[in-house]
Amino acid sequence: MNGNAENVLELDDLSVAYRVGGTDRLVLRNVSLRIGRGEAYGLVGESGCGKSTAALSVVRYLPRNGSVAGGHVRLDGKDIMGLDREELRRVRAEDLSMVYQDPAKALNPSIPIGRQLAEVFEIGGASAKEARSRAYEMLEKVQISDPARVMGGYPHQLSGGMQQRVGIAMALASDPKMLILDEPTTGLDATVEAEVLDLIGHLRREFSISILFISHNLAVVSRVCDRVGVLYAGMLVEEGPTDRVFRNPRHPYTVALLRCLPGGGRRKSSGGLDTIPGFLPGLGAIGEGCAFADRCGLATERCRTERPPLHDLDGQMSRCHFHDRAQSLPHTTRHAPDESREPPAPRRPVLRVQGLNKTYGRDRAGGGVAAVKDLSLELKAGQTLGLVGESGSGKTTFARTLLGLIEPDEGGRIELDGKELAERVGDRSFEQTKSLQIIFQNPDSALNRSHSVRGLIGRALRQLGGLRGAAMDRRLKELAGSVRLTDHHLSVSPRQLSGGLKQRVAIARAFAGDPSVVVCDEPTSALDVSVQAAILNLLVELQSERDVSYIFISHDLGVVRYLSDNVLVLYLGRVMEYGPSEEVFSGPHHPYTEALLSAASDIGDAEDGRIRLEGEIPSAAAPPSGCAFHTRCPRRIGSICDELDPPLKEAQSGHAIRCHIPADELAALQVQRPSTLSRPVSAERRDDNGRP
Amino acid sequence: MRGRRTPARVIVISAFILKRLALSLVTLVLLSAIVFCVGQVLPGSVGRLLLGPFADHEAVEALNASLGLDRPLLVQYADWIWGFLRGDMGRSYMYEAPVQPFIVEALGNSLKLAAVAFVIVVPTAILGGVVAALNHNKPIDRIISIGGLTMTVLPEFVTGIILILVFGVWLKWLPISAAWPDGAGGFTQIHYLILPAMPLILVLFGYIARMARSGMIEALESDWTRTAVLKGLRWRTVIWRHVLRNALLPTITVIATQTGYLIGGLVVVETLFRYQGIGLLVFTAAKGKDIPMLLAGILVIGIVYTLATLIADLLCAVFDPRIRLGGRQ
Amino acid sequence: MTAAEVKTGIDRPVARPRHDRVRLVLRTLSRSGVFLSGFAIILFWVCCALFGNYLVPYDPLASDIINALVPPSSAHWFGTDQLGRDVFSRVIVGSRDILVVAPAATLLATVIGSALGLCTGYFRGFVDDVVSRLMEAVMAIPGVILALLAIVSLGTSKVAVIVVIGLSFAPNIARTVRSAVMQERELDYVAAAHLRRESAVHVMFVEILPNVIPPILVESTVRLGYAIFAVATLSFIGFGIQPPSPDWGLSISTNYGMINGGFWWTVLFDALAIASVVIAVNLVADGVQGAFNER
Repeated sequence: MNGNAENVLELDDLSVAYRVGGTDRLVLRNVSLRIGRGEAYGLVGESGCGKSTAALSVVRYLPRNGSVAGGHVRLDGKDIMGLDREELRRVRAEDLSMVYQDPAKALNPSIPIGRQLAEVFEIGGASAKEARSRAYEMLEKVQISDPARVMGGYPHQLSGGMQQRVGIAMALASDPKMLILDEPTTGLDATVEAEVLDLIGHLRREFSISILFISHNLAVVSRVCDRVGVLYAGMLVEEGPTDRVFRNPRHPYTVALLRCLPGGGRRKSSGGLDTIPGFLPGLGAIGEGCAFADRCGLATERCRTERPPLHDLDGQMSRCHFHDRAQSLPHTTRHAPDESREPPAPRRPVLRVQGLNKTYGRDRAGGGVAAVKDLSLELKAGQTLGLVGESGSGKTTFARTLLGLIEPDEGGRIELDGKELAERVGDRSFEQTKSLQIIFQNPDSALNRSHSVRGLIGRALRQLGGLRGAAMDRRLKELAGSVRLTDHHLSVSPRQLSGGLKQRVAIARAFAGDPSVVVCDEPTSALDVSVQAAILNLLVELQSERDVSYIFISHDLGVVRYLSDNVLVLYLGRVMEYGPSEEVFSGPHHPYTEALLSAASDIGDAEDGRIRLEGEIPSAAAPPSGCAFHTRCPRRIGSICDELDPPLKEAQSGHAIRCHIPADELAALQVQRPSTLSRPVSAERRDDNGRP
Repeated sequence: MRGRRTPARVIVISAFILKRLALSLVTLVLLSAIVFCVGQVLPGSVGRLLLGPFADHEAVEALNASLGLDRPLLVQYADWIWGFLRGDMGRSYMYEAPVQPFIVEALGNSLKLAAVAFVIVVPTAILGGVVAALNHNKPIDRIISIGGLTMTVLPEFVTGIILILVFGVWLKWLPISAAWPDGAGGFTQIHYLILPAMPLILVLFGYIARMARSGMIEALESDWTRTAVLKGLRWRTVIWRHVLRNALLPTITVIATQTGYLIGGLVVVETLFRYQGIGLLVFTAAKGKDIPMLLAGILVIGIVYTLATLIADLLCAVFDPRIRLGGRQ
Repeated sequence: MTAAEVKTGIDRPVARPRHDRVRLVLRTLSRSGVFLSGFAIILFWVCCALFGNYLVPYDPLASDIINALVPPSSAHWFGTDQLGRDVFSRVIVGSRDILVVAPAATLLATVIGSALGLCTGYFRGFVDDVVSRLMEAVMAIPGVILALLAIVSLGTSKVAVIVVIGLSFAPNIARTVRSAVMQERELDYVAAAHLRRESAVHVMFVEILPNVIPPILVESTVRLGYAIFAVATLSFIGFGIQPPSPDWGLSISTNYGMINGGFWWTVLFDALAIASVVIAVNLVADGVQGAFNER
């Protein structure tokens, strides 16, 4: 991409240090990058790699303990670090804008949105009246449907997606040369994220603006950016045109990162996911050699002693001595399909749910918020049921109701091993309680920080396994071993463990009483992809060893597809689609499933033929009449959708769709879409990555 | 557009106000019940107390009956509350006169003293807190924080004694008694009130400054302040328009709760400076076991406190749209 | 966000062993000048209370009418009061009562408040509503006035002062504990405990209590400061510690009427002594709070 002769932003050998405990630790080391006029540059990396620090040093807003240890940041040739206060303010007002990760916090809670937006125009010298009308126009540009109402409202009255649109409007209002987006869609639902990304792509062309896009999500970056840089431990390890980097990575870290993703229609039966062994080096703990050497399967003595330079490979850069061999990085897990597990014997059902309802704040008149509505499902031994849906779809409420932590409405029925379960966990038999366990989303919340890891797992073994003394110690060791925790991990507090290790402790605890069903409530959503891969592998392994069944709740379709035998799609507490995983993913789909698939495409998917949902997810307190999805449905056929709730109809045997459109018509509508889902599942991943 | 939205907004606000009023009312009812109950367990019979140890039994009983003390408790309570609502607070045993005029006069005096203290302390303390926050971790911040904390924790009679010694006895700048000559004008009255107000000011300064400081620091470190700065706004605009409004919200509540401590402090200060306020009145009533006066005084103090917190909550609602407008529309 | 990133950056797979958490707090305290200076002052007054009788030049209770109201001199460093008692001796041993009464009251308040807070925060519902409203009503009466009212009915004694201050401070501690418990019980480890069939007692005391110890400790050190404040004030207005104790508040109460006559030494030293203790306790509280926040 040397077509842009002029660079808008240049980072030149930039190093940034944070002062922690009296010593300066480098979080960004000698990073150099250039962003041309109109170019979108993506900076990707896992947590702790220094992405956000890079953004904050460009706008010179480092935290109190941070300082630039060396190098330059130039905007249009001007050195940002050399500006005085007034010059810096002018640069921020005119040339440089930023969109933030958490839009709810980035907007002032007590000032009307119109005022916050108009302010930007006033800095530019507009009169109050003019500023207001331009703010109105700006809100229209970011496709906010009722700008007048939004102008007078406050941030807390808007949904996350709307807040982020306001954030984008505010950033673009000054017509800047450079826009920095710091994880702008993290925390948004997939369908909303897709819309916001479309909007960014659209406005980018309209404003011909340069973009620095920071994200941990490779697929998102691949959708927006022309070029991409991969950060690892504060260093730029690879850089190049997005297409080339993702299709033909030349640094082992990039290779490993791409392999961790459970995308491309991979399934657990085709083998485990690759992981990245080891841990990110601590702040400032990098020695002489390559920062990635300790975790790299290709590393030699040379890598540990000699820091690799940034090799220029005809426009693609790689900081690896062995960039030509990067893709031959050995796999960390077996990839051949596990023949011994197939074919499955006819399996007995372990869990059956029938007509489950949960209404919050129910009154006599039948009002209240229906969080789960008429949910039925069946789970067979040793199988995984994936539960998919966006926020507010009732996934977590369902999980908690199933476990007896929340009481369902009367009338539903939950059966475990053929016996009906009481509504509250306290009323269930001991056997039933220990057979039905959960792995929570957030291990910080799920693990008591006052207890040691040994205490946490030991207590579960005592209570659920009924074990004492030496027998318990033995079992504790075994269990810890099976989730790859060492003795050393057992003696510490969960706070001192990394996110992945914490989740292993939670898994060990859930398995203490040999459960037959484990609910996994987004267990990897807070983890980096490399750690996620290891946890998913562990779950698959435990399942094949113990014949345990999972209900796997997630918003990540790739993960659900990888793990699940059956899939259930929820929208506003209602089942929209239910069936064997392969059939749900290959179609015909419910239009909502179709939209979810469309929103969550893989790296390098074609952009055309996507369907997008308009508008907001309705509140479960006031669900739409008729089909709950009709307000956003791109395939709505007429007033029947607004008036009549469609039944759950079988499309194929075992595959049911709640839609007025017959399954074969849906199939016909959906067939034109260039589907990622038909991509062959290859056991040999080299085919996917290796071809340039 | 605005017109369409207004009715909904009014409903939300008035629902909030009604709810808040109901809460205050519950608190007041409970408060009066507690005060009344404590009045009941006070030792000895009132008749005996009034007539002394040598009066004969019948006379004591008769007096108790004439005071209505032989009726069921609930009736006595209802009677007391009903009287209170009509402005009849009972008769003082000590002065053998209606309680109400004493309370009204004393409350007026106390409010004067409190007003002097508040007018001085609220602006200075907020300013102090804001200055400290803007100079976070610098010497001026340390001086304001530690100095404020030190002043806050000292009992009023300790600071009062030292202030009297320094300004009243040694320097002779200010009168050491709060009792101004009859017919003194407003300025003279204020002159007499400055020294008694000082211990209260010192106590309140630390509290309010501390709250303002931490609110400011939180606001300055917030994401939306970062947004405002990176918009390219001038620093002064960022502070005035964005930071202060959000930063000082918690301070309003603190100022209101401090009213309670202020009234507690008045007992001591009014005793020390012999000032005829509600604190001294309650104190004298307690010493003299003048139960109607004591109970009435305490109830009035509780009402003032409850009103202050009510006003604080309503003020917060005015400034904070999240409270005022409820959740998402 | 950047701070979080820094944190994950140093998030090593395994760090220090667990008991080091307590040690970390102690180490932070031992390095905090604020805490240490407060602690030293308190230690000084505790020693005076314990051994003062053997150190002071005069009997603090012995009156000597001939030498009444003598200004400070080499014989009487802080002068004498209106009964001719040596002010220096009285100030040195004057901490005895307040250093028993105030901590005892704080302890009582902490125990009652923590228990109330734990129960109301954990069970919520009707009991919580009633108790919370009651506590709110009690808190609407300023502490000193509440104490005044209660002591009038209980009579003046050290035990009465302890009980009254203990009870009137309990709601404050209960409120702090309750809000901490309510946050804790929403965390998933409580749900996990229910899924292990743990009893309510186990969940409250083994799961939740250890996590709310830091706020309880911080709140009670702060309350100790207020307790000293309150005891001194009650003594000053004659409802606290009773004569002939050499208590500071009481001494000021008996002598401040003579300020106008220029007999400043009869009150100034007592006032400074109270000031030093109260400030010291609050320095300690500040240090404790800082040490817990640092983690």
